[in-house]
Amino acid sequence: MSGAAGSSTLPSDISARSGEHDPYRVGRHGGHGHGSTGSGAVGPASRYVTVTYGFWIFLLSDIIMFSAFFAGYAVLSGATAGGPTGRELFELPRVAIQTGLLLTSSFTCGLGSLASHRRDMAWTQIWLLVTGVLGAAFLVLEVQEFAAMIDEGAGPTRSAFLSSFFALVGCHGLHVGLGLLWLGTMMAQLWLKGFRDDILRRLHCFNLFWHALDIVWVAIFSLVYLLGASA
Amino acid sequence: MAGRKALGGALPLLCAALLSGCGRGVLDPQGPVGEGNRQILLNSLAVMLVIVVPTIIGALWFAWWFRASNPKARYDPTFTYSGRIELIVWSIPTLTILFLGGLIYYGSHQLDPRRSLGPADRTLEVQVVALDWKWLFIYPDRQVATVNELRLPAGVPVRFRLTSASVMNVFFVPQLGTMIYAMNGMESELNLQADHVGQLYGQGAHYSGAGFPGMNFTVHVLAQDDFDQWATRLRGGTAVLNAETYAELAQQSHDVAPFAYSQVQGGLFDAIVRQVLPPARGPDSGRGGEPEIHPQPLDASICTTPVDVSRMDFDFDGRG
Amino acid sequence: MLGKLDWAAIPFEEPIPLIAALVVFLGMVGLFAWVALKGWLPYLWREWITSVDHKRIGVMYIILAMLMLLRGFVDAIMMRTHQTATLFGEGYLPPDHYDQIFSAHGTIMIFFASMPFMIGLMNFVVPLQLGVRDVAFPTLNSVGFWLTASGALLVNLSLVIGEFARTGWLPYAPLSELEYSPGVGVDYYLWAIQISGVGTLVTGVNLVTTILKMRAPGMGYLRMPIFCWTSLASCMLIVAAFPILTATLAMLTLDRYLGFHFFTNTAGGNPMMFVNLIWAWGHPEVYILVLPAFGLFSEIFSTFSSKPLFGYRSMVAATLFICVVSFTVWLHHFFTMGAGADVNAAFGIATSVIAVGTGVKIYNWMFTMYGGRIRFDTPMLWALGFITTFTVGGMTGVLLAVPAADFVLHNSMFLVAHFHNVIISGVLFGAFAGYTFWFPKAFGFRLHEGWGKAAFWFTLVGFILVFVPLYVVGLQGMTRRLQSIPVDGWAPSLLVALFGVAVMIAGAACQVIQLFVSIRQRDSLRDETGDPWDGRSLEWSTPSPPPAFNFARLPHVEDEEPYWNIKQRAIEGQPPEVPESYQPIEMPKNSPTGFVSAFFATLIGFALIWHIWWLAILGMIGAYATFVVFAWRDEAEYEIPASEVERVDRERLETRQAWYKRREEHA
Repeated sequence: MSGAAGSSTLPSDISARSGEHDPYRVGRHGGHGHGSTGSGAVGPASRYVTVTYGFWIFLLSDIIMFSAFFAGYAVLSGATAGGPTGRELFELPRVAIQTGLLLTSSFTCGLGSLASHRRDMAWTQIWLLVTGVLGAAFLVLEVQEFAAMIDEGAGPTRSAFLSSFFALVGCHGLHVGLGLLWLGTMMAQLWLKGFRDDILRRLHCFNLFWHALDIVWVAIFSLVYLLGASA
Repeated sequence: MAGRKALGGALPLLCAALLSGCGRGVLDPQGPVGEGNRQILLNSLAVMLVIVVPTIIGALWFAWWFRASNPKARYDPTFTYSGRIELIVWSIPTLTILFLGGLIYYGSHQLDPRRSLGPADRTLEVQVVALDWKWLFIYPDRQVATVNELRLPAGVPVRFRLTSASVMNVFFVPQLGTMIYAMNGMESELNLQADHVGQLYGQGAHYSGAGFPGMNFTVHVLAQDDFDQWATRLRGGTAVLNAETYAELAQQSHDVAPFAYSQVQGGLFDAIVRQVLPPARGPDSGRGGEPEIHPQPLDASICTTPVDVSRMDFDFDGRG
Repeated sequence: MLGKLDWAAIPFEEPIPLIAALVVFLGMVGLFAWVALKGWLPYLWREWITSVDHKRIGVMYIILAMLMLLRGFVDAIMMRTHQTATLFGEGYLPPDHYDQIFSAHGTIMIFFASMPFMIGLMNFVVPLQLGVRDVAFPTLNSVGFWLTASGALLVNLSLVIGEFARTGWLPYAPLSELEYSPGVGVDYYLWAIQISGVGTLVTGVNLVTTILKMRAPGMGYLRMPIFCWTSLASCMLIVAAFPILTATLAMLTLDRYLGFHFFTNTAGGNPMMFVNLIWAWGHPEVYILVLPAFGLFSEIFSTFSSKPLFGYRSMVAATLFICVVSFTVWLHHFFTMGAGADVNAAFGIATSVIAVGTGVKIYNWMFTMYGGRIRFDTPMLWALGFITTFTVGGMTGVLLAVPAADFVLHNSMFLVAHFHNVIISGVLFGAFAGYTFWFPKAFGFRLHEGWGKAAFWFTLVGFILVFVPLYVVGLQGMTRRLQSIPVDGWAPSLLVALFGVAVMIAGAACQVIQLFVSIRQRDSLRDETGDPWDGRSLEWSTPSPPPAFNFARLPHVEDEEPYWNIKQRAIEGQPPEVPESYQPIEMPKNSPTGFVSAFFATLIGFALIWHIWWLAILGMIGAYATFVVFAWRDEAEYEIPASEVERVDRERLETRQAWYKRREEHA
């Protein structure tokens, strides 16, 4: 950016002449004197920035995938084919507990991140462990819910509504499950290798991932469970 | 050079095809809808050719004139931006699209498949069911039905109601114009009219599996009297289309020769649309997970089994 | 034990695929044996298979794409010959087989020929143009490539073991549901596309991050070469659209494997939702393919006209415009499903609005040529062939966007001719142009001009001869995907198209011969300077082939055409700065992660297709283990010593200096 600022202070006649001398700038600067727009003045970003940035983009794409499942659910939510509706099936207390567990796990995950900034191995591990336990509890409740529904004959094969419900919520559950696998692997790695740069980057990505799952869950909670139970 | 070849190749061929009557295609319509389609098609083409032809010629001329070996061409590497040219460059396509947008809007309203072509009492209703792999046409007013053969009175607006027994298909008679999807559990609507007595080619226009190429049918456009006579004569036969015979008909079979039903159970079409009659089955799964498709030519006996129709009219809350 | 797999899965009664596969298999075994006997296996493993160098990966993508292009072309030849044969008799392909072939043709050409070709070119070129040493995530890049290759392998495996989908390249439900397609064909499709889709997605993420976060110092957004811009747009579309495909195919998979009811006829499923979802991905997909081609044509028009690109900012704006609008037009793929007149009109207008962006591009290319000094080398010929034929294809596309016209053209051969017209002249000509243009950069010698020009003319003429008749026969009412031809009136057009195919075969043969001739004559075709076309962007400032680290020092970018300006200054007598000292460079270490994870992905895919559950679980454990091993490594990078960097860079500077001098003497 400093280069850009420098060129903008040039007297206008010099700029014009240099344009003449160097014809290939013609028309590309729009006459506003901004040598370059966008970042780039400083060259390639650091590894930390690229990794987290890339992971953000991945998360965006993941959220787009969820939105396709949400769209499917929105289209099919009325297609109960004579089977049970959300109102008959959804147990809000259970879902409230699930929500509490997942949101708390995000909080503890954040605490773990803070501990890792302090390079405090014990607390980092403790908070990550708590995160994992809360996530696992969430998953257990979800599996119980699914099992109970399938037992009642309200499994995903019953109707298109239930297919889209199981797919959407199950996809989130799968993400939580994979997140737990990731978490476990990373805790072991952290334990054995310490606060290395690459491990800290991954820890940061895990944090982003875990929070993104929260956001998706909030959408599921409100759009699927709350709306479904009240409809 | 490339483009000149493109046009050079395209034009004679196109002309030859058009001059030879275009082999019963969409450029030789036999009804008002097809004529509308053709008009919109040709108008849009004309609008675009106005800019496309000069663009292609211009591109080739620029390339040729500014060839490195041409001493007369002025080399001007500073010519990299011109506000005026950018303005023109953005406005030419924009204006064309604005113009075309009018055509698009007008055309899609004027030729909306649901738009009826005449008063309801003068309109013939035909119910169309896409089956694996044949077409069933039901004439509810006459209580008759045909398979792989469509008969229409000339000059009479026809309202088609379409559905499918299994997978998606598209009902398309090129010379009558507009095609439309037929889908299971859904009903689509299409209004067409055939102006002249004659025979037209009709086909399924959406791939639907192994028997798909056999899903074509002849449209016999008859004078109104001939049509009435045909229907009355047909009523005298014994072949009945009801839930049972429909179930047999709906089984997969290919290259089915045209035949007709003399009686049709009331409400059959609605029963298919509402899935009161379940969707037709697919092929049986065979060895190694490979489907065994051995579609048999249809057994002709099903068309002759006499059944009492009045016994089993479908009744949907009084709408049957 | 083996799920649904047994001997019956091998189509002994269908000799064509079996013999074809046998020939390919023997060819591969032969090639492998030859490579092994020559002792090249370790080299291949070390330098290519495990390579994380973006240039090597780019080259491997393109090799894969070219092989698949040939496979898809063979399918096309079979379809054309069979259809023509049915005019006179039965033809030689039963419906089962013919339906597999057109499905495989579309799938292969889009997913395993066009996509890898464009991604390969982006991979190779973008970091060089940005003036950086590699992409943001080199190992992930390798994973992306090998997953794509894994998908391609599964598709080809379906030739011999089981069958491929018979549903068309987009498996419209409910035809693709278990009820109507009980075989493994659709499963092959699903798993192959899912696996390669993951590969495509990670490549998209990777390149977006690379372009947005890794550029040489001073390279602001509006100093990026236009190819980087279009690559960015294309990869953003990948990131935004491919998840929709993943979700849609996952839903179909759930329907087929676990009895869900997303798209079934029964229990409230909604087949129309499949059509909407698949085209919500499918329409952006065509821009994913064609945008990089637009970018490289821009580079070619500018380079071979010896002028900067005309209206660069306008081009950037048009690219982003196309990128955004491409998400709002999907419904035009099914105007005939009976949406209301207003909906149709809205989507029709949105669709034609996209053509504004393309139109702007065409005019800017024209004015790039205006006032230029145009050289007609092979890449420029492809570009000219593109600009003329693509305009026609674009026009027929807008015609199809007019709902009232689409009502009679939907699903017809006119439509087939249209999208081949745009994809062949846009993507395929673009791929060949880019391949010829950057080949010397990748390998250090040019491709043979004579054979290249022959390939161009044969391909162009053949292409016109095939698809103009198909436009005509579409207007005659012929629908697509017909295994036999019911109307005699269509015969003349189909015969002309068949002749066109023969001409295209000649074009393809020239292309293959060109490669062999060029390799044999590589010494006389040597590109010594690294700048064979008098290029303008940074990739031409590197030697050909570039060293692993691309740039000894990252270039400082001060304007839009950094390399052109360095070169002009050098020609004017100002020698380029020679750095006094060089720094050692850290480069990512090679890694077998990509290859191994693709191996497990193939295993998982195959196991799931055939319901061999234990193998699938084994594969998943293997894949997890691979990632753990990858995550556990302690050293991700190796160092290239400063002396080596210095040697390479000095050599480059000396050849450049000598060349500038020679050039001055000539002038």
